[in-house]
Amino acid sequence: ITEVCGAKRVGYFGPAQFYIALKLIAAAQSGFPVRIESIKNELPLPRFMALKNDSEVRYGTPAELHGVKFQVPHATLEKNSYKRTDEGDKQEPKSPPMSPICSPPASPSTYQRIPLTYGYGKSRSGLEQHHGAPYEVRHPTHQQDGSSSGNYGAKPALACSTLSRSLSVEREQPDSSAHYSDDPWRITEEQRDYYVNQFRSLQPDLNSFISGSVAKNFFTKSKLPIPELSHIWELSDVDCDGALTLPEFCAAFHLVVARKNGYQLPETLPETLLPDYLQAASLKPLRDCALFDSYSESLPGSQQPRDFSRTEKTSAEEVPDNSALLQDTNKDDKQALNLSTAVKMIPKEFQHLTVKTAAQEPNALKARPRSRSYSSTSIEDAMKKGEEPPTPPPRPQKSHSRASSLDLNKIFQQNTQAVRSGWLPPPPPALPPRPCISQTEQVSEVEIHSQMNRPPSQAEENSSAKKEVVLAQPPSKPTRRKLRTEAQGLETPELSPTINVTSSLPAVKPHLPVQKQSSKQKRAIQTAIRKNKEANAVLARLNSELQQQLKEVHKERIALETQLEQLRPVTVL
Amino acid sequence: RPVLLSVICHPPQNYPLYIRSVPTENELKFHYTVHTSLDVVDEKISAMGKALVDQRELYLGLLYPTEDYKVYGYVTNSKVKFVMVVDSSNTALRDNEIRSMFRKLHNSYTDIMCNPFYNPGDRIHSRAFDNMVNSMMMQVC
Repeated sequence: ITEVCGAKRVGYFGPAQFYIALKLIAAAQSGFPVRIESIKNELPLPRFMALKNDSEVRYGTPAELHGVKFQVPHATLEKNSYKRTDEGDKQEPKSPPMSPICSPPASPSTYQRIPLTYGYGKSRSGLEQHHGAPYEVRHPTHQQDGSSSGNYGAKPALACSTLSRSLSVEREQPDSSAHYSDDPWRITEEQRDYYVNQFRSLQPDLNSFISGSVAKNFFTKSKLPIPELSHIWELSDVDCDGALTLPEFCAAFHLVVARKNGYQLPETLPETLLPDYLQAASLKPLRDCALFDSYSESLPGSQQPRDFSRTEKTSAEEVPDNSALLQDTNKDDKQALNLSTAVKMIPKEFQHLTVKTAAQEPNALKARPRSRSYSSTSIEDAMKKGEEPPTPPPRPQKSHSRASSLDLNKIFQQNTQAVRSGWLPPPPPALPPRPCISQTEQVSEVEIHSQMNRPPSQAEENSSAKKEVVLAQPPSKPTRRKLRTEAQGLETPELSPTINVTSSLPAVKPHLPVQKQSSKQKRAIQTAIRKNKEANAVLARLNSELQQQLKEVHKERIALETQLEQLRPVTVL
Repeated sequence: RPVLLSVICHPPQNYPLYIRSVPTENELKFHYTVHTSLDVVDEKISAMGKALVDQRELYLGLLYPTEDYKVYGYVTNSKVKFVMVVDSSNTALRDNEIRSMFRKLHNSYTDIMCNPFYNPGDRIHSRAFDNMVNSMMMQVC
């Protein structure tokens, strides 16, 4: 249908293409072949499933109106431009003159976005425009919207419930809003702040680059398939230098987020994501990010999140900065929120991974079950957000078990840090080299003990840690020290590899009074920690055993090789 | 008028990372041609010896009695070979044009390399690369 109506050719759905497409849908649904000629027939209105009555009406009317127009000019018309001008002419009495190229995309773009958005209500107002409401050329970005919407192509069948929902909800689109919230390719302030923070976590200097490999690891955590990530990179790395500057990074991140929320990736980078544009935009004053509530975590499935965005907003949050925010949500902001909602869902995963919190802890940490507060301006909040997902993140992708256990370690470190202090400085951007997992696990265990200050669990966990300490390989001692000192300033440096555990106990006790949390939380955290510790212990033991085996095999191999050399006195080197 | 383009990985494997031909029938024959021309390419490389090999062009003048087409080759510093097969009836194509096409290809290829998600040796799936190749081939045909 997209091709027939010409949208593919021009790259977007102008009014002509849109109307043709609707007629073609109706034709297809009535069993006619999808060809231009089919439009000539008297067709019933295209049926969009789960459409509420008022929206049906609205969809009906324009199709009808234009259906009438279609009958007459069609016989003499070719596909596109001619029709477009025709439509344009006929439209004129109804609305201010629309240039065929740049005006229409308001409705088609929203139409296109309907299957994918979580309540962008633009379509409603867009349809109103068809009826002669003053037509405001929405945003200059629509042009490129159109080009990107061309890719969304023939998805009218997907309109379904999202369409009905969006249409049935009255949405006023404040045109003057600086957030152009109907444009999913435009980055809102909150998103920008979030992206900037993420950038900072990878690369403290905002004027410098993130190298390719760092960015690759980071974006791989988003669990998008590699070809898509590759395409995203292609789009966002405008200067093709293998590194991402801040605006490039924001663009890439935004594309990832959009993709995770079901948007198709555009073929070319939308204008609003160009680095120049983003750099100019970054000079705008920070908007008060009062919009962001906690969102319940949801998979970025296409249909679900819109419901979530509803429920999310209405769910009562206990985080103080959210309570005020909730009241602020009005229709105006909903659109901005919706994408941001979606955005927040993704960052959760990211944060969950980047911040690496333990699975069970978030629930215990906060009284409310799954909501997260999003304050884009502080990493602390971002971390809290990341801690919330209740289930351990599956990490099936490129990382192997080693990496995942690394993550767990980092989780504990980070988490305890956050718990401890209102920890503002970003976590160390890259994991330090960890040659031996068992060591790090022991280290983290020890650290956690001191952090959490739970003597009884400490005792039991110390004993298990001790066992691992014994298994420790001597050369890794310096690594452990390094990890410890970098992670916590408070860690007593005298923890030696072999005696660390016992000495840690007395050193730790003075910290006891520092932690003041509800005992319930502590207990929950304790149990979580205990379980994870056990898992860690098992893995560490296994690892060390395997390493022993590896060493032995190496020795054998070396021995065999030397024998071989000896047996071959004359070798050509 | 058939045109075929192929990017071939560096030795020793010498398998194609990317093959595109316009029109798409008889593609197998072109694959075969490309493969056989690899030998000639290798020969030329070794003949060059220590000299720089970039911007090198290979004009094979491979002619079949029934069809005639020309095979052009290009090798990067990393021994990645680009092979292009064009129909001889396409006399409009001049040497300079071929060179510029190879240069564009090379640039696009390096852009792909910059992408951290691309592993050298993978097949090339980049849309940007595809677009560039398409536009180039449209120009030629």
